[in-house]
Amino acid sequence: MSEFLAMGGYAWYVWGSYGVTFALLAMEVVLLRNRSKRHETPS
Amino acid sequence: MTAGSTHWFWYASPQTFYPLAGSIARWCGIAAALLAAAGLWVGFFVAPTDAQQGEAYRIIFIHVPAAWMSMFIYLVMAFWAALGLAFNTRLSGMMATALAPTGALFTFIALWTGSLWGKPTWGTYWVWDARLTSELILLFLYLGFMALQAAIDDPRRADRAGAVLAIVGVVNIPIIYFSVQWWNTLHQGASVSLKSAPTMAASMFTGMILMALAFWMYSVAVALVRVRCIIRERGE
Repeated sequence: MSEFLAMGGYAWYVWGSYGVTFALLAMEVVLLRNRSKRHETPS
Repeated sequence: MTAGSTHWFWYASPQTFYPLAGSIARWCGIAAALLAAAGLWVGFFVAPTDAQQGEAYRIIFIHVPAAWMSMFIYLVMAFWAALGLAFNTRLSGMMATALAPTGALFTFIALWTGSLWGKPTWGTYWVWDARLTSELILLFLYLGFMALQAAIDDPRRADRAGAVLAIVGVVNIPIIYFSVQWWNTLHQGASVSLKSAPTMAASMFTGMILMALAFWMYSVAVALVRVRCIIRERGE
């Protein structure tokens, strides 16, 4: 497992890429969900 | 008028498109999650370690699909923008507006992952190379499109102004795509083309295609959810 996480010494580059990508995609989904919800409950 | 064309104009109206967009978005979202799970599994557990780059090459599974999406979404955005400008259809402009943030996001991801891939392979995070610079211009085109639309209060005028910018910016897409052939760049040429077999192991290629399909489905899903928000916000 730790060998997998180490990525042959390239951990920062590989996980830095995947981490930022999925964090940004998740952020877009959350922001859109909030934007959709705002319409469903008209104030 | 044939039944087919009636059908298409029927869905060109925001009110009739709204429920259809919702169900397509749901299915595309599910497909994106499944394809991403399969792509990550192939990318990390099936594809072998690269002989030259070691594990660092695994960035390819998001870098290349994100770069493809950044260019493809721009073309689709410009297509809708042009359609809206030519036929004055309301939904076209909304589609272009809905695609821009996702396109900008994938452009940023392509640049970010490319930078993290460049450091271990080229020895630098950034270089003012033709491919990298033209991709950075693509990010500015997306941001410029969004800023321009946000600056104009009337949505129909914002659509038209944005459309002109989007169409002019299309010239940048072939520049990005052919930059590695036209200029001497640090960036490598395409490993995948329609004319020849991919110059990589089959499992690497499979992982990349699965991730590309996942990003594609994701983009369709979020763009359709966003266009539904825009339809409601404009009070259609």
